[in-house]
Amino acid sequence: MQIKPILSALRQHKAGTVLIAMQIALTLAIVCNALFIIQQRLAHLSEPSGIDETHLFVVENQWVGKPSPDQLDAQIRADLSALRQLSSVQDASVSNSYPLHGGGWDDGLKLKPDQANATTEAAIYFADEHMLATLGLKLIAGRNFRADEIGHMGIRDALAPPVIVITKALAEKLFPSVDGHANAALGKTVYLMSNRTTIIGIVDQLQSQSVARWAADFAHRSVLVPLRLVSPQGTYYLIQAKPGQLDAAMHAAEPTLLAQSRKRVISDKDGLLSFAEVRAHAYDSDYGMAVLMGIVCVVLLAITAAGIVGLTSFWVGQRRRQIGVRRALGATRRDILSYFMTENLLISSGGALLGVLLAVTMNLWLVIRFEMQHLSLLYVFIGVAILLLLGQCAVLAPAMRAAQVSPVEATRTV
Amino acid sequence: MFAYYFQLGLRSLRRNPILTALMVMAIGFGVAASMTTYSVFRATSNNPIPQKSSQLFAVQIDNWGPEDNDKGEPASSLNYTDSIALMKAHKAKRQTALYPVGLAAVPADANLLPFRTNGYAVYGDAFPMFDMPFLYGGGWSSAEDDGHAAVVVIARSINDKLFNGANSVGREINLDGHNYRVTGVLDSWDPKPLFFDPVNTSGFDDPVDLFIPFTRAIELKMSTNGNNNCNKNPGDGWDAWLHSECIWAQFWVEAPSKADVDTYRQFLQGYAAEQQRAGRFHWAPNVRTRDVMDWLDHQNVVPAESKISLLVAMGFLLICLVNTVGLLLAKFMRRAPEIGVRRALGASRREIYGQFLIEAGTVGLAGGLLGLLLTGLGVFGVSLVFDPKIARLATLDASLVALTMLVAVLATVLAAFYPTWRAAQVQPAWQLKSN
Repeated sequence: MQIKPILSALRQHKAGTVLIAMQIALTLAIVCNALFIIQQRLAHLSEPSGIDETHLFVVENQWVGKPSPDQLDAQIRADLSALRQLSSVQDASVSNSYPLHGGGWDDGLKLKPDQANATTEAAIYFADEHMLATLGLKLIAGRNFRADEIGHMGIRDALAPPVIVITKALAEKLFPSVDGHANAALGKTVYLMSNRTTIIGIVDQLQSQSVARWAADFAHRSVLVPLRLVSPQGTYYLIQAKPGQLDAAMHAAEPTLLAQSRKRVISDKDGLLSFAEVRAHAYDSDYGMAVLMGIVCVVLLAITAAGIVGLTSFWVGQRRRQIGVRRALGATRRDILSYFMTENLLISSGGALLGVLLAVTMNLWLVIRFEMQHLSLLYVFIGVAILLLLGQCAVLAPAMRAAQVSPVEATRTV
Repeated sequence: MFAYYFQLGLRSLRRNPILTALMVMAIGFGVAASMTTYSVFRATSNNPIPQKSSQLFAVQIDNWGPEDNDKGEPASSLNYTDSIALMKAHKAKRQTALYPVGLAAVPADANLLPFRTNGYAVYGDAFPMFDMPFLYGGGWSSAEDDGHAAVVVIARSINDKLFNGANSVGREINLDGHNYRVTGVLDSWDPKPLFFDPVNTSGFDDPVDLFIPFTRAIELKMSTNGNNNCNKNPGDGWDAWLHSECIWAQFWVEAPSKADVDTYRQFLQGYAAEQQRAGRFHWAPNVRTRDVMDWLDHQNVVPAESKISLLVAMGFLLICLVNTVGLLLAKFMRRAPEIGVRRALGASRREIYGQFLIEAGTVGLAGGLLGLLLTGLGVFGVSLVFDPKIARLATLDASLVALTMLVAVLATVLAAFYPTWRAAQVQPAWQLKSN
């Protein structure tokens, strides 16, 4: 196929050519970035929490009145033993928060007491000896808390647990080892809020309480402290139901707790949540953004395709005589078809070139303005491929109509 | 002539139904995408208290210093020491420290279960400051602030729940085992975003149920139900925590004029300098006063999702317009012979302009109608994409309908300028000859 005659023909249709190229460029810029946003959001929401979520649910329990710390601790222990006795319940534990919850407690960890800045921030989860089993956490080194190690503390008391269990991610941050073994941290001393504590166990994975950007730095760096937090503000019971008995356990939980004491509030709205609901809520904006960008991409591509069909049809209509002349001079239908296909490919390539620049610029702006990540070139390639293919498909119908023009047209005057 | 051109425009829409349909759809989708995302952006960037937003200021004092603050910016909350010092100084027309408290309301009927409330501990100034409307009674006095009085202002919803909507002023309610006398019942009041505390809420959480005196809450050792941030170990127990540098309170002042704000800022500077002299701050005074809209912006109340999607939708509309320019060009140039005849019969370029811009306007109108329909669907479906708390606020009201139509018509007419110019350039002689 000769490109030169196509280029000189395009010079006669500057406006249309520029419009199609511009449309392709802008579409490419948006589609690349949208696809990239979709990928980022999907990657974010498919991050593993490290816990066994299928049969897990959460009860948010607020206390009424102001029971003393000892009273409250006794009540929590009674509640837990009642919950554990339910036939549908595998195990139950209590904490101040849980992964994906959104809010919670985080503190800095130091290697030396006089260190100016913390080595890392970490999510703090209060736990008893049942926590590992309840959440289905995998202990990869050391040991779990013993029942006699579990104490209790009020919300304004100093957090000073003698021993802690930490995640592998945290262990590797605190004590980077050459061979990548997290065990290096086992038995080591660290300082939690300047209070000395010893690492007695390491679990494989436990996500922090928030998936928002402010918590991204310590996303999987978590600490379990052997304490029950006795806070009038609220206690979260984490309950692992037996397989297939999640509904039964969720139904039984509230009456069981109310039978223990009625001096509590379990909200109708969000007092009782299955972990599937927790997960959906934690990631709803990510999921929504991915869906929205998906819709935008599809509609945008459809509109761009429609635009190409419209303009090319117009060109075909305008050039019926010329096509007739070419056919009369011996051009085959195939030649006419490939003429229009090549013409579109040239315009699209020009547009795509400009589009790559626009896509990168738009991404840079998003990076500066919204702390997004840099666009990976893969998405630019995917975008270019999609648009070139789209252009070829869109031009196919009008080009085929052009190929049907009979040589007789050359002799017509109108 | 306008009516005639409009009629011509309508007729021409029917002449190339496919081309017309493509244009109408492009404009419809483009406008709908931008209007739907705009409806969310409008809701999240709303000014919740327009009559006073430039007179209310959130106060920030850097009590952590350059080592712990956020790149020189003071933290968004105050500690107890500073909150109380500013309250005592009483240098603004009105001022209040505030923090969220989660209290359980215990109904008098023992058969009913207690329920959770979403409350704030404030000073009495808060009610006139924030223009809260009262259904019954009013706020409490500064004497009651000073006396740590057990009083409460409840929202209409709580009054309906506990007193069946009757005037409950003077009656008592039980919160976490303590009785509080109702001094006032608020009429429906639910500013969105919740401007006085975006730090502890997203700005779009559930409405506030009740207010109790700050002094009373402290006396009862109520911890904040929101964020508490410490840069150092606060030590053991309530008193140590209360007098630590842990930050958890918001502080608002009312300053009616520019001069008042300047005076107050000077006072804050002086206060911080005094703290520096006393050896508590080891750094130069670093204070801020931000008005409502400035504060909401600083707290990033508009979610990044809302901004990005509005931006993408604007790009989408731009592409639809480029598309429309191309299609209009095709449509108009197809009628070159017709234009040639009109020009030969004496129509001026101006008249060609008029005719084709009006024709484009009719396309825009049709696109706007489709866009309106799609925007309706979009606003309805916003909850699938955005947090339901925010999605609820996006509505298709009269102003959005008007804006949708306006944007559709205006954008299409704008897009038609180039094709119309090309149409007006048609040489009558050339057209007549070639035919």
